[in-house]
Amino acid sequence: MPDGLFIRVDIAESVQSDPDLVRRLLEVCPVDIFDRAEEGGVTTVEANLDECTLCDLCIQAAGDDRVRVVKLYQD
Amino acid sequence: MRFYEFEAKELLRRRGVPLPESRLARTAAEAAAAQRDLGGAVVLKSQVLSGGRMKAGGVRFAESADEARDAAEAILALPISGQEPAGVLVEQKGDVAQEYYAAVTWDGRAKRPVIIFSDMGGIDIEEVAETHPEHVSRTHVSTLRPLSDYQAKLAVARTGVTGGDLNRLARIVLQLARAFREHDLTLAEINPIGKLADGGILALDAHMEMEAEARGAHRGLLADLGIADEDTRQARPPTPFEVAGAQVDAQDTRGVAGNVTEFSGSLGLVIGAGGGSLTLFDAVRSAGGDPANYCEVGGNPSVRKTAALTRLIVSKPGVEKIAVMMNVVSNTRVDIMARGVIKGVIDAGFDPAEKIAIFRIPGSWEEEGFAILRRYGVEYVDRSVSMHEAARRAVAKLAAQDGG
Ligand code: SF4
Repeated sequence: MPDGLFIRVDIAESVQSDPDLVRRLLEVCPVDIFDRAEEGGVTTVEANLDECTLCDLCIQAAGDDRVRVVKLYQD
Repeated sequence: MRFYEFEAKELLRRRGVPLPESRLARTAAEAAAAQRDLGGAVVLKSQVLSGGRMKAGGVRFAESADEARDAAEAILALPISGQEPAGVLVEQKGDVAQEYYAAVTWDGRAKRPVIIFSDMGGIDIEEVAETHPEHVSRTHVSTLRPLSDYQAKLAVARTGVTGGDLNRLARIVLQLARAFREHDLTLAEINPIGKLADGGILALDAHMEMEAEARGAHRGLLADLGIADEDTRQARPPTPFEVAGAQVDAQDTRGVAGNVTEFSGSLGLVIGAGGGSLTLFDAVRSAGGDPANYCEVGGNPSVRKTAALTRLIVSKPGVEKIAVMMNVVSNTRVDIMARGVIKGVIDAGFDPAEKIAIFRIPGSWEEEGFAILRRYGVEYVDRSVSMHEAARRAVAKLAAQDGG
């Protein structure tokens, strides 16, 4: 997955085979960080990563073991 | 938004303010016809949105149609402050015995409109206030309560005017103040009001400016005056820098990051928050700084938009550092702003620690924002440092770099 300057979003492999969760991720993110991957499943949109509002909606939808929002400015 | 003299006078005419007879001419032939129509001595005035017309040769006199044609021809061919005249106002010329000054404007400190009146009109009012302060009165009025005859009379009487002149001048001042309030003007000025040899009192020149944001509320009036939506009435055309700033703001609908005005200084400003832009711009100036720009940021713009605005400002030729300062923010996130400006500086090829003189945006999500700033080595302060002090530090940092 590509990184932003400030934010990286890690998506666990298991999400890719869960179409319902993929749909929910696309739905909940207020700044369109998730998109459908060409090969199926979900990917992140590099240009939007730094817009992440840290709202945690993706984590609530997927669980923190399946989607992780990483602040690259923290040690 | 400034009105041409003929438009400002139309607003006064509708309110019953006595004016000299006049005609607007768009060509020299129309000016000649106007003189014939009005008869006798006329004054011809260039219709441009700037002062200094007399000095520039934009005001001439004529006593015949031929003279009026020649004068109009010269005026129409003469740009003033880079502006082509929109026409020539041909006006009856009276025999003026005394001139007065009247204006209504906004007093930012008193947070109320103020009527300024002088019995020494026709000249620069600042000069009169300096040299003959007893000839200038200032009378504050409410923005809410109805304007009264008494307030207008008080404004005039304070300069020693009495009798019939007091009553006639007060009527003009009252209408000027009403126009100011009802049309959301930022300035309504008549300079001079002329008292003619026969005792008549007329508004000889008028200057009015409407708050640009209020245009939408006065569509009908503006359409009535023939002012189209696209007629922005800016004092000068926008610079490429300002056009680029508007394009940044139009990128998306999230928040505001634009409305830039170009200046020639070396300190770029990314400033905003509820009037904070104006305060901070003034703070930089009063600290001896030389801003490269004015701008407005607020309402939580996207990182993309803030980055684009920052990139634009930091890349402006002559900009040595930028100061990122806002009032205490509640509806804008400090961390999102920090991301935007740092991204913009990096995208422009600079080191944020070196290029950002100071970051002073306290408010929501500030700890998160400060963590980002620490990571990039940017100097930041919280709300315990005032906007003025932050501006002073930014200016001092730039001066130290320049060896000043
Ligand atoms: S935290 Fe919110 S903004 Fe960030 S990726 Fe998740 S849903 Fe999108």
